[in-house]
Amino acid sequence: MTELAATDPLPKPKRDIAPILLPIALALLMIPLIGSTSSWLTLTAASLAMGMMIFIMASGLTLVFGLMDVLNFGHGAFIAVGAYVATLVLAPFAASVQADSLWVSLAVLAPAALLSMAVSGALGLIVERVLILPVYGQHLKQILMTTGGLIVAEQTLYALWGPQIIPMPLPASLRGSFILGDVAIAKYRVLAMLIGLAVFIAIQLVLNRTKLGLLIRAGVENREMVEALGYRIRRLFLGVFMTGSALAGLGGVMWALYREQVHASMSDDLTVLIFIVVIIGGLGSIGGCFIGAILVAMVANYGGFLVPKLALVSNILLMVAILMWRPRGLYAVTSR
Amino acid sequence: MTDLLKLSGVHTHIGRYHILQGIDLAVPQGQTTMLLGRNGAGKTTTLRTIMGLWQASSGEISLAGERIESRATPDIARLGVGYVPESMAVFSDLTVKENLVLAARDGPLDDTQLDWIFGFFPALRRFWLSRAGSLSGGQKQMLSIARAIIEPRKLLLIDEPTKGLAPAIVMALIECLKEIKRKGATILLVEQNFFAARELGDSVLVMDNGTIVHRGEMAALAVDVPLQERLLGLSLEAHQ
Repeated sequence: MTELAATDPLPKPKRDIAPILLPIALALLMIPLIGSTSSWLTLTAASLAMGMMIFIMASGLTLVFGLMDVLNFGHGAFIAVGAYVATLVLAPFAASVQADSLWVSLAVLAPAALLSMAVSGALGLIVERVLILPVYGQHLKQILMTTGGLIVAEQTLYALWGPQIIPMPLPASLRGSFILGDVAIAKYRVLAMLIGLAVFIAIQLVLNRTKLGLLIRAGVENREMVEALGYRIRRLFLGVFMTGSALAGLGGVMWALYREQVHASMSDDLTVLIFIVVIIGGLGSIGGCFIGAILVAMVANYGGFLVPKLALVSNILLMVAILMWRPRGLYAVTSR
Repeated sequence: MTDLLKLSGVHTHIGRYHILQGIDLAVPQGQTTMLLGRNGAGKTTTLRTIMGLWQASSGEISLAGERIESRATPDIARLGVGYVPESMAVFSDLTVKENLVLAARDGPLDDTQLDWIFGFFPALRRFWLSRAGSLSGGQKQMLSIARAIIEPRKLLLIDEPTKGLAPAIVMALIECLKEIKRKGATILLVEQNFFAARELGDSVLVMDNGTIVHRGEMAALAVDVPLQERLLGLSLEAHQ
């Protein structure tokens, strides 16, 4: 037997914590600029809640980008469909939703969210089979097909629900804030943070502790080699696409409750933010997506407070700055 | 001796380029067949075509008598074909352990097989929980080969395993491949390193311009300097 380079020194794997420190540094930097500690805490909590909702909507898209190399410009359709489907459950049970008991409200919200995820996921199955499958590897056609799909979805929603904005009031038990001294943190934002964190942990557990997760991570890096090991990656593609669509549906419900309204083009502004998150996070990176979503939300909230006129371009500036620092995003996974 | 793998009149086009121009070859069961030739002769394309990574435009490929030329890559792999690409293609973001867990498709890692692999590649045991991306080039090559042999395979397709490696690592890899061969593996091995080819090969195929230009015993080619010069000379001239 031969000692094959057993004594070769191996460079210690460096833990790349710079991206993790970035939102922390940004938050700390804002303390003197904002001046008031209570305003800073409120803005930071709002950023984290908004970031978690964007993360939920963007996490599926980044995996679809990374694993399938698919430019899905129609991702917003799943967000809107998710929100509309939730109204089917919430409207008939409006009295329960507005009950004083948190548990009664959650007993209606949870099935509404689950139904939204199921319908969005099923729609994802149809979109992947009908729109994406014929155009794998053809980016321009993917953009055309998915943009067309988004327009069709929006118009279908208008046809089914009408052009008016549908109110989706926040449950009474989730209104109001937790008061900590001078600081008020909205209850719904805390719930959004908890759900976002739970989704992040669940995705991380699946990706890091299961063979399915290993396959997804390997597929993001080298699809061809995964196939050469005997795994049918097309099925994996479909599963990831459906999961990403379902998460977008969940994000749609949460966002609609946050804004207390639903309309067919509700995802138009969000889609830009989601794409920025996916790009600055690094295509296919869930960790990068998580940090990117928090950064985008922080820049939107802090920027909106400090320099309202810059609010429209602040996230574009953030993306430019991040890509100048790390051209392939915070945590580059694929070489695409 | 029966042929495990047979290619008859295989043509492969990549875009508008006609790369394989009617390949006929046979890989006998239990033997190591060397595939030699200059850069661009079509060796890698031959392996990728067998593996289904590029579709043959015409011709027949059979593995143990079963036609595979129109099968998808995962199905070919499931027939017992292990593939070690030229780029090694280890999953850098995964640990050494995770790379091997994925390669062991049919179940959990077999401890006996692992010990056998660690016998050749102690570095893999040492860096078991390290990210594959942080390994050296030689260690990545070890991992790539370990991935192909973690489960019993009917056929191993190995593409230039010694490329770019230090001489000491090349020698060690040759020893490893000899051991795999002694266990009865059937191997189709692309190699540019003539020393490695001479050490490992039972039979040899030489490619040029997408066709097989020579086939015979490796031992005969190893001692026939004029033949070596003729084959290499042809290749060099074609390359100029």
